[in-house]
Amino acid sequence: MVERTPLYQVHCALGARFIQFGGWEMPVHYTGAIAEHLAVREVAGMFDVSHMGRLEIRGPDALALVQYVTCNDAARLRDNQVQYSALTTPQGTFVDDLTVYRFSHDHFFLCVNAANREKDYRWIFDHIQGRDVTLYDVTRRYAQIAVQGPAAEDIVQGLTDVALDHIRTYWFDVGEVAGVPHTIISRTGYTGEDGFELYVPMDRQMNAEWVWDRLLEAGKPVGLKPCGLAARNTLRLEARMMLYGNDIDESTTVLEAGLTWIVKFDKGEFIGREALLRQKQQGLHRRLVGFEVLDRVPARDGYPVLIGDEEVSRVTSGSYAPFLKKNIGLTYLPIEYTSVGTPFKIRVRQRTVDAQVVPTPFYKRKK
Amino acid sequence: MPEIPEDCLYTREHEWIRIEDATGVVGITDYAQESLGDVVYVELPNVGDRFDAGEVFGNVESVKAVSELYMPMAGEVIEVNEGLGESPELINQDPYGEGWMIKVALADPEETSHLLSPAEYADFIEEEAEG
Repeated sequence: MVERTPLYQVHCALGARFIQFGGWEMPVHYTGAIAEHLAVREVAGMFDVSHMGRLEIRGPDALALVQYVTCNDAARLRDNQVQYSALTTPQGTFVDDLTVYRFSHDHFFLCVNAANREKDYRWIFDHIQGRDVTLYDVTRRYAQIAVQGPAAEDIVQGLTDVALDHIRTYWFDVGEVAGVPHTIISRTGYTGEDGFELYVPMDRQMNAEWVWDRLLEAGKPVGLKPCGLAARNTLRLEARMMLYGNDIDESTTVLEAGLTWIVKFDKGEFIGREALLRQKQQGLHRRLVGFEVLDRVPARDGYPVLIGDEEVSRVTSGSYAPFLKKNIGLTYLPIEYTSVGTPFKIRVRQRTVDAQVVPTPFYKRKK
Repeated sequence: MPEIPEDCLYTREHEWIRIEDATGVVGITDYAQESLGDVVYVELPNVGDRFDAGEVFGNVESVKAVSELYMPMAGEVIEVNEGLGESPELINQDPYGEGWMIKVALADPEETSHLLSPAEYADFIEEEAEG
């Protein structure tokens, strides 16, 4: 059974084309993925990301549970702060990647991948192990709208009295947006731009459409566009943000993915700590790298990666990058081939094309 | 509604062919370009390549997907739209004009019974959309 977000009718009215993603029917693009991508880089775009999973952990041991199931150090979070992290297996691989929101020491909120929501819930539930907490799946209690791009703050500020310039990157506040109280205003995103993710409470069914329409109304005059998953994917790829199921999964470790900065060995015990420590000490055999294709043809997800004549890997994410106007991608390479400038080949149908390792992120916004 | 010119014939894979004497010009339909989204790359055959009707003659790639291109009628490629190399977006902007892909010397210009008329193609995409 395919799920639809509370904004499905709005997307239809806007002429969206749909695809299935993580069990949800989602807009892939409205007018065109390239124009949508560029709108986010240059002005602003808005995305329905209500398909994301939203979980809540409440109780005296909430922090202790988060600390045990994730690899980043949630004890460093203050109230109203957000952290990128991962749920790790005992092997140090990804159950999922996620953002962790701290409301208070006994109240955490997790934003997880759509396709992993039930798996994550079960995983966390199975590791409660006597801790005094309650785990809730609150996905359907919110719609989630991302407003991303250099004009995002101005656009959202027009609809709220909460002082947005006081919310720093990876912090959040809760307040009224377009008259809807208790909206979570989070300065986070998945595009490489400044912007916000708004968690709109669905205690009234009309809230999602109401906030969406007010944002579109406020943003349209300056060039904000509704954006689909195609643009969301190319934007996150340019910023080298991970896509679960492509770049990371239960067969790749957090260190191999190059996310060393979210592994805090000194925070105490957590699932996967020993495996990751061992891997750190013994050294990595492979690592996720960014590449550029030296050809006009895009190297797409799953295309074989060759060193000499030997297939060593597959492209995990590969696409034409609309802002950079290049064909870029990510792949795991044997560690001796991971330095910038290393040439290799990618098989595209019947031929092979040249590629080389490049620094990432491919795109970094000017502060 | 997608544009369906009266002077073309159509395949069920959403190519069009415009026949003038023994030559056919081939491209993808407005409906196809709209479903694909922004085209970023086209892989076309070489002049001199021969194809049967229904054979794959190339690929068209959008931001999101790769689709194969199917030959509407048998023949030999006599010209390729080189402009698409630099400007694949012409396929989105003008699918029946500047977005043309190949010109073909047709093996049998009369052999069109397997192709759809504009009216038949309109019905076909309507059915497809209703799925």
